[in-house]
Formats: sequence, C-alpha cells, structure tokens
Amino acid sequence: MTKSAEIKTHREPFFHVVKRDDMPTYMAWLIRVITIAVAFIIVGILSSVVTGKPFIETYDIMFQGVFGRIFEGRTTMLWKYLQEIAVLLVLALALTPAFKMKFWNCGAEGQALMGGLASIVCMIELGDKLPYPVLVAVIAVTSILAGAVWGVIPALFKAWFNTNETLFTLMMNYIATQIIKYYVYIKGGGSNVINPVSYGNFPAVGMNDYFVNIMIAIFATVLMFVYLKYSKQGYEISVVGESQNTARYIGINVKKVIIRTMLISGAVCGVAGMMLVAGKDHSINQNTVGGQGFTAILMSWLGQFNPFIMVFMTAIVVFLRIGVAKVADASYLNSSFSEIMVGIVILMLVGCEFFINYSIKFRSKKEANL
Amino acid sequence: MENKVAIELKNITKTFGKVVANKDVNLTANRGEILSILGENGSGKTTLMNMISGIYFPDEGQIFIDGKEAVITSPKDAFSYKIGMIHQHFKLVDVFSAAENIVLGIEDGKYNLKNSTEEIKNISEQYGFDLEPDKKIYTMSVSEKQTVEIIKVLYRGADILILDEPTAVLTPQETEKLFAILRRMRDDGKCIIIITHKLHEVLSLSDRVSVLRKGEYVGTVNTKDTTEAELTEMMVGKKIDLNIQRNEPHDVKERLVVNNLTCVDREGATVLDNISFTAKSGEILGIAGIAGSGQRELLESIAGLQHLSSGEIFYFNPKTDEKENLRDKTPMQIRNLGVRLSFVPEDRLGMGLVGNMDIVDNMMLRSYTKGKSIFLKRKKPKDLALKIISDLEVVTPSAATPVRKLSGGNVQKVLVGREIAASPTVLMVAYPVRGLDINSSYMIYNLLNEQKEKGVAVIFVGEDLDVLIELCDRIMVIGSGQITGVVDGRNTTKEEIGLLMTKAKQKEE
Amino acid sequence: MIVQFICRAIMLSVPLLYGSTGEIITEKSGHLNLGIPGIMYTGAISGVVGAFLYENACGNNADNMNPFLAIAIPFLCAVLGAMLMGLIYSFLTVTLHANQNVTGLAITTLGIGLGNFLGASLVNITKSELPSIALTKTSAFFAAKLPFADDLGWFGEIVFSHDFLTYLAIAIAIIASIVLNRTRVGLNLRSVGENPATADAAGINVIKYRYLATCIGSAVAGLGGLQYVISYASGVWSNDAFGDRGWMAIALVIFALWKPSMAILGSFVFGALCNANNYIQGLGTETQELFKMLPYIVTIVVLIITSMRKKREHQPPASLGINYFREER
Repeated sequence: MTKSAEIKTHREPFFHVVKRDDMPTYMAWLIRVITIAVAFIIVGILSSVVTGKPFIETYDIMFQGVFGRIFEGRTTMLWKYLQEIAVLLVLALALTPAFKMKFWNCGAEGQALMGGLASIVCMIELGDKLPYPVLVAVIAVTSILAGAVWGVIPALFKAWFNTNETLFTLMMNYIATQIIKYYVYIKGGGSNVINPVSYGNFPAVGMNDYFVNIMIAIFATVLMFVYLKYSKQGYEISVVGESQNTARYIGINVKKVIIRTMLISGAVCGVAGMMLVAGKDHSINQNTVGGQGFTAILMSWLGQFNPFIMVFMTAIVVFLRIGVAKVADASYLNSSFSEIMVGIVILMLVGCEFFINYSIKFRSKKEANL
Repeated sequence: MENKVAIELKNITKTFGKVVANKDVNLTANRGEILSILGENGSGKTTLMNMISGIYFPDEGQIFIDGKEAVITSPKDAFSYKIGMIHQHFKLVDVFSAAENIVLGIEDGKYNLKNSTEEIKNISEQYGFDLEPDKKIYTMSVSEKQTVEIIKVLYRGADILILDEPTAVLTPQETEKLFAILRRMRDDGKCIIIITHKLHEVLSLSDRVSVLRKGEYVGTVNTKDTTEAELTEMMVGKKIDLNIQRNEPHDVKERLVVNNLTCVDREGATVLDNISFTAKSGEILGIAGIAGSGQRELLESIAGLQHLSSGEIFYFNPKTDEKENLRDKTPMQIRNLGVRLSFVPEDRLGMGLVGNMDIVDNMMLRSYTKGKSIFLKRKKPKDLALKIISDLEVVTPSAATPVRKLSGGNVQKVLVGREIAASPTVLMVAYPVRGLDINSSYMIYNLLNEQKEKGVAVIFVGEDLDVLIELCDRIMVIGSGQITGVVDGRNTTKEEIGLLMTKAKQKEE
Repeated sequence: MIVQFICRAIMLSVPLLYGSTGEIITEKSGHLNLGIPGIMYTGAISGVVGAFLYENACGNNADNMNPFLAIAIPFLCAVLGAMLMGLIYSFLTVTLHANQNVTGLAITTLGIGLGNFLGASLVNITKSELPSIALTKTSAFFAAKLPFADDLGWFGEIVFSHDFLTYLAIAIAIIASIVLNRTRVGLNLRSVGENPATADAAGINVIKYRYLATCIGSAVAGLGGLQYVISYASGVWSNDAFGDRGWMAIALVIFALWKPSMAILGSFVFGALCNANNYIQGLGTETQELFKMLPYIVTIVVLIITSMRKKREHQPPASLGINYFREER
C-alpha cells in the first residue's frame, strides 16, 4: 500500500487546470488592475535599463510628458493626450459592432484613410468655393461615405460567398495606402508631402485645437454604448455574432445585418479619418493613421466590446505610447521603444485573462496519501 | 467459474467547478463479461468512463487494472493498459480516411498505410464488420463511423472496451448486429463496458449492471436476478410509473398539408425526396428514422429555413379558414401571415437559443421586432422569463443567467416554454428529450400532450422508438429522405418501424 | 529583360515563401498566427544584430571573417529570435488559452517595435548619416552563387544564380509538404489542427504538437525576414522597409490551399506582381503607385474565388483559431 502510494505520487500530475465561470466581477477587475500595475513596473524597469536613467525618473518623464504643462504648438500635452485617445477610441468603437458580429474587421486603417482622403479632397477642391459651415458638412458626409464604402466591400463578399474577411479587409488597407500615395504624389507635386490646407479645419475652442475631436469621441462612445445595448439593431448584431443559425431561425436576414453593420463600422472609421485630417493634421500621407487601426482591434477586444471599458484601455495604451516615447526621446533613443512596451503590456493583459477564466488545482496531500 | 477482475475503481471523485460529477464511486469489471453502467442523463456515467480512458483525471481515488494500481493521465496511458473507449460523439477526423483515423496516434516503427489497411481488413473479417478502409469519414453513415471507432480500439489491441451509448443512433436491426459482435468479443475473453440509459438493452445484453445516480454509485446486480422495475428504482431513487398517457385525439382537422416536397442540399444530394403528408390538429404525429435521414431538413423546410426545389406546404388558418402556401417564405414572412408555428430545433443552444445570452434576452428572440421603436423593450420578455421559470420549475440562479450555464433539462424547458408561450397552432419538436433526465423528459411529454389537448398539431421527431410508440397517434417513418411508411402508434411494433427505417436504403442498393 | 524580371521575381518571392510555409506549418496545428509579420521582423532584426556584432568583432574587415560563421551566426540568430516569438505566442494561446487573433496582433506590434527600435539603435551606434545600417560584408558571404551558373546562359541565371537561402526556402517547402502528407508526424499534426479532441483521445500530445509546429513555423518565417535584409536588400536594414510582406505571406496560405508545394508557385506569382510596375515601360511615378496595388487586388480576387468554390479538401484546418482545452464541458 505505502509502496504503491509512493509510485503514484511520483507519477501523477502535480496540478491541473480547470475552467471557472464563477469569479465575481470585482475580483476579475482586481486581477486586471494588478496586471496593469505589474506591467507598469516592468515598463519602468525596462525603460530604466535601456536608458540608464534611475527607475523613478523614468516615471517622472512619462508623467511630465503626458500631463505636464509642456506645449506643442499652442496646445498642452494633456490636450494632445486626449486627442490621441479620441482617435484611437473612435477607431476601437468603430470595430466593436463588427467584432460583436464576429466579423473580424482588420481594415480600420484603410477605412480611416479613405475617410481622411475624402476630407482632404473636399478641403483642397472645395475649400475656397463653399462657405465654411457647408464645407464642414460636406467633409463630414463624404468622409463617412468613403469609410462606409471601404468597409462594405468585404462585407458584401462575406454575406454572399463567406469570403474570409480578415485578409480581405487587410488587403483593402494596402490598396487604400497606395491610393493615398498616388494622390499625395499628384497633389504634392512629386514631393510626397501635401502642405497643410487652411480650409475646412475644425474650429479651435479657446486655445484648444482638438476640442471638436474630443467631443466627437465622447459623443460616439455614448452613442455606441446605447446602440449596442438598447437598440433592436444592436440585439440583432449580438444574435448574428453568437449564432447565425439562431438568427436565421428567428427570421433575421443575416446578409442584411452583416452589410448594415459593416456600413456603420466603416462609417465610424471614416469619422476617425476625418478627425485626423480636418481636426488635426490638415494634411494627409500614408502614415496618417499610423497603425492605430491595428491597435484599435486590441483595444476593442481588451475593452470586452464595452465602449466605457475601451475608454480606460485606450487611456492606458496612449499614455504608454506618449510617455515611453518621451523617455526614449530624452535618451536619444528611437521612439519605437514605446511600441515594444505597448506590445508587452497588451500581451500581459491578454495573458491575465487566464487567471480569470481558469483556476489551477493542486492535488491535496490528503488523497495522495490515501 | 470465477472471472478475473479486469478493472477496479476505488473511491473515485471528480468535480467540475462547483459541480460534483462523480462522488466516491466504486466499481469492478471482469474479463469475459459485459458490464452495463446504467444511469440517467447527467448521472456521471460518461465522466467516470472518461477517467478510465484518460480524458479526465480523477480528483480523488484510485484505479486498479488487473489488481495493480494504474495512473492514467492521458489516453496514451489508457492504451498502454489496453483500454479503448468508443465515445458517443465520435472522435474522428472528418477529412481523413477510415484507415488514417484508425492508425492515428499509434507509434510502432514505420508508417505504412498499406500494411495497416491489410490488418484492418483482417480485424473486420474476424469479428464480422463491414468497412472500406479508404473511405473518407465525412461520406460515411453513423453506423459506419461507429464501426471505424470500434476497429480503432481493436487495432490497438484493446481488451477492455468501453462503449458510450452505442445504440443511440442505430436502428433496432443495427443494434442487434452490434450486440452479436459484442457477445463474440466477450466470448473471446474481453471485458466490455457499455454505458446506457436504456433498460431493455441492459437486460438483453449484459451479465451485470452497475447503477449510478447523481454521480454516486448505487449498486451492482446480476442481470438475470433483476427486473426493469428494480433497475428503474435504483436509477431514479424512487418508484415511478413509466407509462406515458395518450388520449384519443378530438376535433381533428387538417392543419398542415405537405405535397411532394423535394429538397437538394449544397453538395447536390437529395435530402428530401417527394415527401407528402398531413399534420392534423389535436394529434401528435411522430417522425421516426435513422439520424440524418432528412428529419432536420423537413422541419426546417416547414419553418422557412430551407430552399425547396419543388413541392408545396399549405397551412389552414383556424381563425380565418384561409389556406396559405408557406413555400419560399422566410420565417419572418410566415409569422407576418399570422401562421402560429412554433419550432423546437434539435440544436438547442446553436439554433433555438443563444447560449451566451440570459433567459430574458432569449425570450426576446421571438418578440423583439414588435413595436415601432428602434429600441428594445425588456419588460414583457422579463415577465415571460419569470413565468416560465416558475411554471416549468427551471433551476437557475436568476433570469439574468446565461442559458449555457443551465443544465440540459433546464435549457430545454426554457426553449419549449418560450415556443409554447407563443400559443402555437403547429408545434414542431425535434429530439426534445435528448440528454434529459427522466423527470424532465416526462414533463416535456406532458407539455406535448397538453398542447395536443388544446388542438395544436404536434410534430414530434424522436429517436427512442419505445417513446414514439407510446406517445404518438400516428408515426411517419422516413429513410434517406423518403417516406417509407406511416403506421398507427397504437398498434405497431418497434420491429415494424425498424424495418421501415432501412427500407429506402435497401431499395438503393 | 525577361530573365532579369524572373530573377527579380524569384528574389522577391523568397521572403513570402518562407513566411507562408511557416504559417502553413503553424496553421496545420490549428493556430492562426497573425503574429507572423512581427515574427518576420524579429527574424530580420535578430539576424542583423548577429551579423552586426560579428562584423564588429572582426574589426569590420571581411578578410578576418570566417565564411561559415558569417553565415551561421545571423542564420541562428534569426531562427532563435523568431522562435522565441513563436514560443511567447504558444505560451499565451496553448498554456494560457488566450485569444489567438489578439495574441497574434500583439506579437506583431511587439515584433515591429522591436525591429524598428533595435534597427534605430544600431544606426545610433554606427553614428551613420543615413537612417539605415549596411551589412554588405555579411551579405556578400550569403550571396555566394553556384560556380557554374554563369556558364549556362539564361537558364543558368534563372535556375542556378540564387543564393542558398532561396534554395533552402524551396527545400523547406518541399520537405514540409512531404512531412505533412507522407509521414506519421504529419498525420498527427493534421489531426491536431482538424480535431484536437480526437487527436488527444488517440494519444497524441496536442500541446506538444501545437508548441512545436508554431515554433518551427515561426523559425521558418523568421528566415524570410533574414533573407529580405541580407539578400534582397543586400544587407541594408532600414526601418519599416520590410513593409507588409508578413500579411501577404498569410494571405498566400489561403491562395496555396494550405499546401506548401502550392506556396512555391503562389509566392512566385506574388513576387512577379510586386515587381511588375518596374518592368512596364513608360509608367510615371504616380501610376507606379497605382500598379503596386496589383498584388493586393490579386489576393482579394483569389480569396473570392476560393470562397466561391467549396471543396472539402480545400478548407482550412477545421479547428483553426480555436484553442483546445481537454476538460471543456
């Protein structure tokens, strides 16, 4: 008996993993917050190692860089921080209805670029021909339409032929990039730069150039939350995402929902493009969106498709992006260092979900000695 | 003569989260015998066997093989103890051939499909199986797939065979054939364990029966010393009446007339072939057939979910006495015509309900379009959810619990409750008691009888022929998408239906 | 002209071939690794760092460099760097059951950031005027041709004039194809991607296969990054130059119907398309930009055509993108 027990304890697994779905919400959030805290410490350590600055000083630079009264142009960094959040947030919001429908829209980059292109075309071609309010209205309508069109093309094929939308939307990004390059080349007279256009810019409020963008983001967050949670269309999106069979069974026209949802998703991306062009850069190039379309995918997912959690997640990621870039700048290092840190933090957040959804069970001593 | 003990379980306990699947189970199985593990759905039979075959690892307790303690942490360990399990849901790779599936995971010298194919043919001949080793799984019928599964474990030299609900998908004739093979294996000295909840199978096949109830071991009896009543009592814990009531239909009128329905699937195969029948108010029409003979397509055609190549579906509206053709209409159009058609599909969480949504939101599936507002109204669905929870005794923490967290029986109560709440004139149910325990099953039968009394035309697709014969007024048998016969539920036999189930198939061959 | 076009197309196709072969191996195990673009970046920058350190250790003098080490060091660095990223991906998706799409995209963010940061840091160290780093000496070692290539005219140029990384790419694709279809390991791997529960019940170690396939696939993809910098760009690293080749490699997997042998053909077609704009006479710079859309448009057309023709054998592995948890209930 004792002998067999010895052999047994030697061979049997030390622990095993079981699924759980009984963790209270506050515990889940505690784990996430702890993960974020640990991630920040790791970011500090890595920054300190790479730059050679003392550990605490790296945080000082980060916080000063984001919240300090440093001016870029006539706007403080804080407003710039909020502006960056606004754009990333709107992109994440745009993707959310598509993701809830399990349509993996990886094309926010291209859809936003096309929205931005529509803005800049209106600003250049119609800028001196239309009165300002009409011009802004035209910019808004065309940008939304351009984004929507770019989003609905893959949706049409998905609806009819079930074409893989992940790669389709990705390819649409690169086509958009080439169109932008082409346009910039023509308008920039071969210089690869379009000089900032002064027509159709969003108005500054006080000394703040980004006020309109920030308001758009707040408005979009609330609207998207209500749309997804309380509207019939939002309900249809959830049903289609959970099970297309159920959707058909209760009489939802699945094709129609896919197409309608991607029109909305693309349209909101178009708004983000407009924010970048009319509200910030007043110009365009192929890096105007700068990969934020991809970061937005992660934001939407980490925000658990809830617009308000997305605000929180984007705030953290944009903080790292700006703050760590400042740390790198201060030591004359390449600002891509911040991308590495963002990558690490996201991977940690993704990994921490394990501890929320699963628990590890160790075999207790009691039975091992039975 | 005393048989040698092949496998012994001592104090096995296994929990999943808060659910205790097995508690302190003790069990022995001998060589040269067939042991039945009997228990209701959800009594932990499959979990227990999964621990022997290495899918799960017990939280507590020990397993002895041939008297020596065995630690089985993976299916591989199970093979090394010559244990083979045939799962209820076949574990086969669809795009592989039978031979590829059979040799999968074996590591012995050189990989040579040709030699393996020869060996597979030998095993088939030895025990009397029919199998084409090169046939791809996705082109196979269920009974062929089961054959692949059995040969898979024999190929590995298993001498302890565990079969999980092996007859659930077979016709009575196929079942007899399987039993003959199992008896031959027993006489060969193998230890056969079969998991089942069907009493007559236990009595006709096994030497001994071990009974589980709610995860706990109740006891073991010799088959020849026991009766159906005793086993039922052991299984359920109390004496229950196993008879289903059946009243004479009254006010019988034509409600649904289906003429020459033909349906071709995406791959171009005819799944419904010239089907014509009538469903009448105030009666239960049973539909019997081998799984996958077109039952699903037939119900989906009526519900407006299948594209038909020909045929008509007429609905006689009891209020207006108008006749409507439902062909080529979407579910929404059918509903807008005032046709009160309720449908409990086979795939409850994949079609009838949304697993991740709570009970209230699932109630809303049927009614959310009502009203002009673009926003949802959750008040009425919530009242309905609470009513169903109390009327049908749904066990749930609250109406805001996602339905996937409920047990199978409670999921089905939610679904059936919602469909009946729509006060249908036609009620279609597909395999409504699959996976349910006895009490829930009888509650469903009673609900169907209630609807019949109210003058609803009930269409019942079932797999358990005993239940079909006891419950239904008429039984329509389909095979390979054709109607092979319609019999009177009051004076038919299982054998008659079984023959009809395979009739179309034989015609083809 | 045509010979030059074909040679150039082959050169352009090699990173894609490495990437798509790596991704096919990975996807066969059921992992949709969207981290491949980042992993290829990591492979490239790891190789560059390795080569840079070795060149510096030899005093930046080609005569001091051992040809074997000059090749082996960047090669191993690329393989190990990419494998490490594959390992992180596998750890998150297999051990921690994390969402594959999200993990992959985060790996891509991380990999591209790593590439650009280390690249820029090396530029800093060299105090170069240009924002790029040139490893021409290492590149020269890699570029060694077969001696008889020049003697065989156009045929020799097309077939024998390439560096060993090109032949290695084709060899890996062919070997992968044989292993997948003709061996027990291949059968096991395919079953893991199709139906992990079945594979598990058959005694196959699903965790081991998924880890190994992903790490090996990543290593192969990483070599694509190395080939791009060392051979195609003649050893010149500049940030973001690698571009979107990782995504095209993933798209190629669908084009190739999950067959490594088809990927050889597919990557050549893509290589030719990427290159077509340079060989069409009389194109202005602006029209060239439009022509550069060609590979993307063709990818989309291929996606649409494959989605319209549904054949059972041409489908992705049935469990692609789905994590496996044995005790799932």
